[in-house]
Amino acid sequence: MSTQESSSRSTLVSASASPPVVGRGQTIGSVTDKISSIVLARGTPLWWLAGLAITFSLVMLFLYAVTWLFIKGIGVWGVNVPVGWGFAIINFVWWVGIGHAGTLISAVLLLLRQEWRTSINRFAEAMTLFAVACAAVYPILHLGRPWLFYWLMPYPNTFGLWPQWRSPLVWDVFAIATYATISLIFWYVGLVPDLATLRDQAKGKIPQYIFGILAMGWRNAASHWQRYQTAYFLLAALATPLVISVHSIVGMDFAASIIPGWHSTIFPPYFVAGAVFSGFAMVITIAIPLRAAFGLQDMITMTHFNNMAKVILATGLIVAYGYITEFFMAWYSGNTYEQFVMTNRAFGPYAPAFWAMLTANVLVPQLLWSRRVRRNLALLFIISLIINVGMWFERYVIVVTSLHRDYIPAAWGYYDPTFFDWSTYIGTIGLFFALMFLFIRVLPMISIFEMRELVAETEREHEEAAHGAHGTVAGARAGEGSAIPTYTGTGGEE
Amino acid sequence: MANQELSISEIRRRLAQPQSSKHFWRSLDEVANTEAFQKLLAAELPRQMAASLAESARGTTRRDFLKLMGAALAMAGLTGCSTERPRETIVPYTVAPEMVVPGKPLFYATAINLGGYAIGVLAENHLGRPTKLEGNPTHPASLGGTNALVQGAILNLYDPDRAQVVTRTGQINTWSNFLDELNPRLEQMAANGGAGLHILTGNVTSPTTGSQIAAIRERFPQSVWHRYEPVNQDNVLLGAEMAFGQPLQPIYHFDRAQRVLSLDADFLLAQPGSIRYALDFINLRRVWDAPEMNRLYVVESTPTITGAKADHRLAMRPSRIEHVARALANAVGVPFLVETGEGLTEAQARWVEVVARDLMENGGSSLVLAGETQPPVVHALVHAINQALGNVGATVSYIPPVAVEPVVQVESLRELAAAMASGTVDTLVIVNCNPVLSAPVDLGFAEALEQVPLRVHMNLHFDETSARCHWHVPALHELESWSDARAYDGSVTIIQPLIAPLFEGRSVHELLAVLSGSTTRDPYEIVRGYWQGYYAGLESPPQADAELFWRSALHDGVVQGSAPAPVEVSLQIAELPAPSAPVEGIELNFRPDPSIWDGQFANNMWLQELPKPLTLLTWDNALLISPATAERLGVASHDVVEVSFQQRTLRVAAWIMPGHADDVVTLHLGYGRTWDEKASQGVGFDAYSLRTSEAFWSGAGVEIRATGETHELASVQNHDTMAGRDLVRVGTLEHFLEEPNFAQATHHVPAETSEGAAGTGVHAGEAPPPSFFPEFPYDGNAWGMQIDLTACIGCNACTIACQIENNIPVVGKEGVLNGREMHWIKVDRYYSEQLDQPETYFQPRPCMHCEKAPCEPVCPVAATVHDSEGLNQMVYNRCVGTRYCSNNCPYKVRRFNYFDYTGEEIPLMVMWRNPDVTVRTRGVMEKCTYCVQRINQARIEAEKQSRPIADGEVLTACQQACPTRAIVFGDLNNAESLLARQKASPLNYGLLAELGTQPRTTYLAAVRNPNPELEA
Repeated sequence: MSTQESSSRSTLVSASASPPVVGRGQTIGSVTDKISSIVLARGTPLWWLAGLAITFSLVMLFLYAVTWLFIKGIGVWGVNVPVGWGFAIINFVWWVGIGHAGTLISAVLLLLRQEWRTSINRFAEAMTLFAVACAAVYPILHLGRPWLFYWLMPYPNTFGLWPQWRSPLVWDVFAIATYATISLIFWYVGLVPDLATLRDQAKGKIPQYIFGILAMGWRNAASHWQRYQTAYFLLAALATPLVISVHSIVGMDFAASIIPGWHSTIFPPYFVAGAVFSGFAMVITIAIPLRAAFGLQDMITMTHFNNMAKVILATGLIVAYGYITEFFMAWYSGNTYEQFVMTNRAFGPYAPAFWAMLTANVLVPQLLWSRRVRRNLALLFIISLIINVGMWFERYVIVVTSLHRDYIPAAWGYYDPTFFDWSTYIGTIGLFFALMFLFIRVLPMISIFEMRELVAETEREHEEAAHGAHGTVAGARAGEGSAIPTYTGTGGEE
Repeated sequence: MANQELSISEIRRRLAQPQSSKHFWRSLDEVANTEAFQKLLAAELPRQMAASLAESARGTTRRDFLKLMGAALAMAGLTGCSTERPRETIVPYTVAPEMVVPGKPLFYATAINLGGYAIGVLAENHLGRPTKLEGNPTHPASLGGTNALVQGAILNLYDPDRAQVVTRTGQINTWSNFLDELNPRLEQMAANGGAGLHILTGNVTSPTTGSQIAAIRERFPQSVWHRYEPVNQDNVLLGAEMAFGQPLQPIYHFDRAQRVLSLDADFLLAQPGSIRYALDFINLRRVWDAPEMNRLYVVESTPTITGAKADHRLAMRPSRIEHVARALANAVGVPFLVETGEGLTEAQARWVEVVARDLMENGGSSLVLAGETQPPVVHALVHAINQALGNVGATVSYIPPVAVEPVVQVESLRELAAAMASGTVDTLVIVNCNPVLSAPVDLGFAEALEQVPLRVHMNLHFDETSARCHWHVPALHELESWSDARAYDGSVTIIQPLIAPLFEGRSVHELLAVLSGSTTRDPYEIVRGYWQGYYAGLESPPQADAELFWRSALHDGVVQGSAPAPVEVSLQIAELPAPSAPVEGIELNFRPDPSIWDGQFANNMWLQELPKPLTLLTWDNALLISPATAERLGVASHDVVEVSFQQRTLRVAAWIMPGHADDVVTLHLGYGRTWDEKASQGVGFDAYSLRTSEAFWSGAGVEIRATGETHELASVQNHDTMAGRDLVRVGTLEHFLEEPNFAQATHHVPAETSEGAAGTGVHAGEAPPPSFFPEFPYDGNAWGMQIDLTACIGCNACTIACQIENNIPVVGKEGVLNGREMHWIKVDRYYSEQLDQPETYFQPRPCMHCEKAPCEPVCPVAATVHDSEGLNQMVYNRCVGTRYCSNNCPYKVRRFNYFDYTGEEIPLMVMWRNPDVTVRTRGVMEKCTYCVQRINQARIEAEKQSRPIADGEVLTACQQACPTRAIVFGDLNNAESLLARQKASPLNYGLLAELGTQPRTTYLAAVRNPNPELEA
């Protein structure tokens, strides 16, 4: 099975082989060493400790804000009537959106056989998971009575009541729960062969023990690989529609309402595009420093950044189209309330957020038409940050400007986020990066076995005749064996 | 321990622990038994302690407010909240007392005093707990309606900041000690005729009190009785004296007045008969029923709701309104010479001319009235004008003043101040009056008071005056005491208590009996005794015996035949003083506050949070200033300005008020209280500190200087216009007659299908909206509501009535600033686009109970659902608080419990709650229920009798409180119901009905009746 498959894959790689997706000179052994050494190295770099300390203190801030919220009630936030939703929903949508890139990279690109995904899919998936975790706390925190959150689930109860299926919030519960579950399983299944590698590479008893348990008895048997591939592709197939459905449903949270500025059929596709847009921006935001910190230039190459920038450009254009459509529909419908909301967005009290959104999400990404910009990491990093901020503003504009002035002028109001809004938001950013720091320290941030596959295929392309039909799995096994003796010697210096 | 210095925080810590009332005692004992505490007491530190508590609670959250109130309660060492019935027989309004059934309220007729004038109410009593006041339909000043102050009065009863015990120089003492000090002194004074005994009261209309005063006079012929009410009728009486040679009180008959001109008279809100007047006035504006209308002209300086309802309004300096009266007098031809002066511009002169013509054309059915804020000469002119128009006896009649022995109150207080300063006052007894706060500052009352050897004060609160008196005796609330009072027209209501005194208060009658040396001290005996005498003196008594007379008076809430007959008047003006010279510079108006009146409701948090009509401010007063003047002075809303007036200054936040007369500013009275230990301490700005006896209502020569500071004022509405939307649909009478369906014509409103029952009352005849869902069938009742925007005067009585009925919490100023006020029905106020002289519209906005409610499908847990009678219900227990329903409500009528507003209230503060309505917890959405508890009560009664619920049997709280009956609730399935008939009017329209929500609450478009001659 694997022979056939890898050959078909290699065709694909060679067809588009001109930009390298793995650095020259990398061997199966060297990638294994390189990636596993980050996890297994004794001693922790100071910057990592500092980073974790900072992000963990933000987690403490988050816990403080949440504790106070639970003690006092939602009133500690700036939400009110008419603006019943604030930072909680903005951040929820923002985080869910960020998560989308991971699923897109790991599932959709896997099915589309895009080899370049290999070196970024693992941490992109981790990013998805952590982003979904950050997102998922918000719908619960934002409830007036969060201890009753389980009433949104269908479970047999003495009330004889089910959730109200017409409400998009119920769809949301299912969408997010499914998404989180699938993402977790997909990520974990992807990790299993690497966990076995780490188990085998580890020196200490405790890491061996832990990785041993987590590897679930993976022995690299051909039958394992065969079932593994089937399962992995099935999961990818399951995850793929979620890329579309989750953010469509998040979009419907708004679109199903009657509020001008929310009630719009363009929302589901436009939300999905926006999600991928912001997700890729976040992947770039994380990949650039990671690559530099761990010297992963040979694994995360310029090809990756080039491709991701193109995805950002494409989805950014869809987002821009969404903005245009909203304005067009407001004008074309002749609906005074819609027209007012659009005017109010552009020129009302929250106009700065609107213009910040347009600049960050429409103007700035246009730089990516330039190949030079796409290959300038410093610029790319800045652009990715701007896009992340811009997409946050997009949600802010959607939630706040639509609600603060809707139908009845006498009921119009303003929304001012409080300290607790900000600290909860900053706290989840801290949570996200704290998890990220932990992840890069304790798990392989790049898929070792997929990199080995890739290296093997690349090698094979270069030395086609010499090795003949060398199976990926066998190659990986061979590389493993040869890597062990040189492990300690090469780990630190590279 | 005992020798240790006891810190304030230590006391607070110890007192902060108690949960139960028993605990209060124990903690207090523990603290009070220490020597250190005694030392504190001696140094009068408790008050400072409370002050420091208050300090920490400044800018208070609502909860702090309540804790502070609770702390004050603990400090006084009293927890007694009794629900004992009074010992005497009181007569229930509908059902005999032996029928007290848990869960079934009883209603008793009694009255609430406002400025001495009784407003008849029916007090709802749940197992001995008064919980709500409704208007008494048989009482002439109410006719079933109330106003915000009457509604709010019940919270004064339960105010934990009330004085709770007799004190001497601020320390707890006893009534008997008080008598021991007072009686020997009285006997001494009796020897020389009582010289040196002065009594100061508020405005007194109580016949019993009058008789007691007479008894005191008998014992002390030399004693002097002073009266002072900071919002009084002095000018009215002086004006009548000028016109007729005797002090008389005009009674207006708006039910016969087709043309009304008000000269600074806020007769819809601020006059003694306002509740009645508003109904009579609006009854001639029910255009849905009969297509004819009266017409109202208003000349005023400070915008009022009366001005807002005017068909033509002229904003003017207060000093120039006299010139309008003079010009009008000449135009209608009064029988004496009137110098007009040169106060009017050409446009104003023309305005007066047109109005005069209109009034004359309607001679005999027109009415001109002047407000108590205008000088006597304006009143005299108005009397002459009415006489010339033939209105006397038709739209206005005159009765002897309602007050007992009326005096010019400012002069009465001036005499007292002078007497005190000269040292001739030996003993001063102040009853139900707070002159240290409210006396004109130029009288130097507070300083003069210090000269009096014995000062006794009786009032509901330990207030500014109490702090300067030797003795303070807590007064009783109307709902705790026997008394009587006259309404604006002289009708007497016997005030019966619904609950035994909560604290150690004493009745006014008991105190006066002490002074008169009477042995009858029991207020019941005193009041009953007076009326027995009255009955005995009747020539042809309406009842067979005194007992029956007494019982029927209590039952009805009115003593039959007690209103005096109108007197014949003849004009005795020969000559008027020359017109006052036009005033230059900025003028300052003083007005009673619509929410807290003269300050007596300052500690009432419902009223503090009730948006004031027009400004929609809560928790503050402000310096109202016109847009043009503000622009000239460079002042914006929320700016703190320094107002200098006659060498006195006040720093106050400004508020730009469209429609305000230029070069005039207004301050409302009663704020900025300095009283200790009160939750309202320091809220707002003290207008009394600028008010003098000369500039009692307005004065000229004000300087305003911006300070560069700001003070955030909390208004419940941030946007003043309708942003070009047709939320309030307005037409003129002429337009309505030409095009009756003007309110519907220009709007595409999807209506329900014909078989969809009388679901929503949206006018039928248009295409049904496309829908996948069939209309819901309604076999039984289908409830609906309609609000007549022509009739709504924007007084906010509905808002507070709803708040009390439905246990709606207050959120404090901070909550209002955050947009979290909880009122289920809010009266929106919109201005037309012109900034300086805008037209003003009111629109009460409760839940619309949409047939296709947008809130329902978005709730993930089905906590808001439709019921079989069309109500959109909120299931509090099911709500998890996603707030999506609120977001998706186009009317934004849903309110959310952002904090636990109800959980931490002290026992006294929960006594007012309506037991029929769930108290909501934190994190739960709530909204108008159409008073479902009242529907259910009516249903139970109807089912017991196997009959359908009759039309008018269910009155929602807002409907019942509304003085003008602008709100109608009823069954849409009953074609005979008033509601169904009103909904058939072409003026009926649904707010935002174009969204397809099919609102059950609809509106009758506002119709105005402008004079075509002034339209241009």
